[in-house]
Amino acid sequence: MTYLAKPRLHHPTLEINKVGYTRRDYEGKISTLCAGCGHDSISAAIVQACWQMDIEPHRVAKLSGIGCSSKTPDYFLGASHGFNTVHGRMPSVLTGANLANRELLYLGVSGDGDSASIGLGQFAHSMRRGVRMVYIVENNGVYGLTKGQFSATADRGSKSKKGVVNADNPIDMVALALQLGATYVARGFSGDKAQLVPLIEGAIRHAGAAFIDVVSPCVAFNNHEGSTKSYDYVRQHNEAVSRIDFIDLAQPTEASPAPGESIDLPQPDGRVMRLRKLRADHDPTNRLAAMALVQELAHEGEVATGLIYVEPEATDLHRALNTVATPLNRLDEKSLCPGEAVLAKVNAGLR
Amino acid sequence: MKRIEATNDFVVKFANVNGSGSASANELFAKAILRMGVPVSPRNIFPSNIQGLPTWYEVRVSERGWLGRRAGIDMMVAMNPQTWDQDVRELEPGGYLFYDSTKPMPESAFRSDVNTIGMPMTAICNATYSDPRQRQLFKNILYVGALAQLMGIDPAVIEKLFSEQYKGKEKLLASNVQALHLGIDFAREHLANHPVGLQVIKRDRVGNRIFIDGNSAAALGAVYGGATVCAWYPITPSSSVAEAFTSYCRKFRHDPDTGEARYAIVQAEDEIASIGMVTGAGWNGARAFTATSGPGVSLMTEFIGLAYFAEIPVTIINVQRGGPSTGMPTRTQQADLISCAYASHGDTKHVLLLPEDPKECFDHAAIALDLADRLQTPVFLMTDLDIGMNQRLCEPFEWNDDRRYDRGKVLSAADLDAGREFARYKDVDGDGIPWRTLPATHESKGAYFTRGTTRDPYARYSEAGPDYVYNVKRLLQKFDTARSMVPFPIVRKAPRKTRLGAIYFGSTSPSMDEALDLLITGGIPLDAMRLRAFPFADAVAEFIDAHEEVFVVEQNRDGQMRTLLMNELNVDPMKLVPILHYDGTPITARFISQAITKHVHAEIVEPKAEKKASKETVK
Repeated sequence: MTYLAKPRLHHPTLEINKVGYTRRDYEGKISTLCAGCGHDSISAAIVQACWQMDIEPHRVAKLSGIGCSSKTPDYFLGASHGFNTVHGRMPSVLTGANLANRELLYLGVSGDGDSASIGLGQFAHSMRRGVRMVYIVENNGVYGLTKGQFSATADRGSKSKKGVVNADNPIDMVALALQLGATYVARGFSGDKAQLVPLIEGAIRHAGAAFIDVVSPCVAFNNHEGSTKSYDYVRQHNEAVSRIDFIDLAQPTEASPAPGESIDLPQPDGRVMRLRKLRADHDPTNRLAAMALVQELAHEGEVATGLIYVEPEATDLHRALNTVATPLNRLDEKSLCPGEAVLAKVNAGLR
Repeated sequence: MKRIEATNDFVVKFANVNGSGSASANELFAKAILRMGVPVSPRNIFPSNIQGLPTWYEVRVSERGWLGRRAGIDMMVAMNPQTWDQDVRELEPGGYLFYDSTKPMPESAFRSDVNTIGMPMTAICNATYSDPRQRQLFKNILYVGALAQLMGIDPAVIEKLFSEQYKGKEKLLASNVQALHLGIDFAREHLANHPVGLQVIKRDRVGNRIFIDGNSAAALGAVYGGATVCAWYPITPSSSVAEAFTSYCRKFRHDPDTGEARYAIVQAEDEIASIGMVTGAGWNGARAFTATSGPGVSLMTEFIGLAYFAEIPVTIINVQRGGPSTGMPTRTQQADLISCAYASHGDTKHVLLLPEDPKECFDHAAIALDLADRLQTPVFLMTDLDIGMNQRLCEPFEWNDDRRYDRGKVLSAADLDAGREFARYKDVDGDGIPWRTLPATHESKGAYFTRGTTRDPYARYSEAGPDYVYNVKRLLQKFDTARSMVPFPIVRKAPRKTRLGAIYFGSTSPSMDEALDLLITGGIPLDAMRLRAFPFADAVAEFIDAHEEVFVVEQNRDGQMRTLLMNELNVDPMKLVPILHYDGTPITARFISQAITKHVHAEIVEPKAEKKASKETVK
């Protein structure tokens, strides 16, 4: 009930992370989304991931487009600056913000309406450009905020709440991301937090653009019989291709899995991502194989979830531009202005 | 046969095929005259194409220092067979037609009332050079040499220019000098019986002025002004702003120890992404700008509205071209005033800066970045193709090393810890400008949500009427504050008292200067005000009030500046007389003075009906 203010006091037994925060410190305002909305689970997963990674909330910038999913940044990380931009244009604003200050963590939250229709171009170019960010699409196959129109990710043949059948082919954002050279491509499900939280953690650690397509059922408009993005449908057709954990190899706490069943991927911060394969034919470091697998599974009517592809040594736009370590928004006249003497030389060269 | 005789006061037009290497030769011609101390103003007239189509380079030489386009051609260097007929037609009677006489041409191709000078340039080049590219390139240098000989341009000056251009490239230097002398010698030996009445004589009328195009100047101004993020999309005629910014940054903005870049330039996938990146960077505290033209601004309007309403610093350089729609991509106009001043749906008003030349492009680019930060709003730098893509003589750039960037009202962590209240959209200082915080300032204070939707003064979402009204009224108050911060208008008073005035701005100015002189000679003195920004300072309303009629001179069809004046200052339409030039060519003094003279004479013959002296035309 959103008219109730959230109580500020924390339970004394709530665990504190390494930077002194409880999980409550990573929350935002009370959600105004429908009860049971998948997006709220994703927000919870973001909160969980940030808390357990000891991220300082104020060092995160949250950006979104327009739509139900784009409202969610208000509901997590209340101590972070947020920017609800315009429909389909979150990637460009995030890119500019990132260029201004490379030290922050940039979370871009969008929906399938926002990123697969009007925003398709900016999504594609942000993948190409490799801006360091966590790009989460909260995918429910409909335009929720405007009351239930099909989005571009709705499957052909799926039915709207009013019984209209979708005649258009769907856009598979995971397949597109792979095609465009994205270096971290995953799909989650709002109903499987155990899978989703490590995916978000991996995305946060990733040095380039990390994309997660999260199927997130819309209980108001797309959770009925005939929808391929309902809780029931996804649960019945979920093909998880991997599970990931983050470990310190120096301190093994459990028996290592048998060879061939997992891959250890070193992370930029020194930790290791251990990826357990749930399908023998899945090699998450082989882009072509990942592309083929995604297509095959889609053809069978299955939803591939998990970490589908990753390039651990990915680079980002700042490295490509060779920008200074000091954030651009902190540089002053001494660093930026060539000065009077130089200008006199410039003038001399123009006579 | 009449012969035009003029010293240091004539117009030479070169007609070439673009992509033939003529541009640098023609520029050499112009620069040589400049180095002799005589002001020139060259203009490129180029097609919307890369290679093979006609291109013209029109050089006005004016000892008096008139830099506007004159109209009327005294000498045509006709190197493009494709445009021969129109080029010959354009010559003034008694003028000079200089052409490549290698191939014989029918007599009907020539005019009997112009002086024709033929030089077999292709034949000479083919005899001297075997490489086809050299044959093409040196043909241009050949005619520069011949013209130098015919018109009294000092070859030593041209050779000095070569030595600067080809520093370290001895072979190129030698071959260019050789081609130059080939032309000089030919003219001396074979064209002595074709004297040319257009002569250049050394003077000292250039002073310490510099010669540079407006787009490069704006880019340098952005460097000096502290821009760190530039996101852009190529479009004629603004691409060279970003290209110049890139090259100045490479020279001046790399860390001397690490070689790392103190800037980020992204060529975005379109104008929407460009302005999106600029908005994100501005939101996050970096000075950011984009450069575009009319069609790009149209695409950007949604973001401009967001930046306006969410109050984010954003700088947009609009190098205007012929509109509407794709319009005339390679012609000039001042036709985006309304679409920029009121960009985006809903009630909006934006700051416009109106530079007249490259010097002001430099100054105003730096000012724009300061104003955007101080006012927390979009600021447009409105130049045009005429200023942007032509080299213009202007005062040298100036910068004071004591100058500090005005980063505007940004709360620091210390401010927040000291208990300063943070209300993102509240007026606390009486100027309508609130305080903002940047991301990552403080662990627990100062975070807020930026949106394009309405809010209360504390940035909380609100649909309450009073909150909305407070917000938009404060934005008007902010715009009013801007009036005293933007560059003020400059007035040039007539030598005697007059009831007539003129208002103009931007690239109209060199022709206006000349027109005012012509009008004085013709018995019509005018007080003239050059606008340098929008919103209008008080002086503008006062100026209009002090005159019975004010001519508003501009380069668009619908009198857009006149519209802004009427709309913002409540001026009686009858008081503002539109003088409109909009065929895509730069406006001339002749046009302005003829149009004004016509109006004034018509008034004398048939005066307007008596009007009550209106004292409350100005708010």
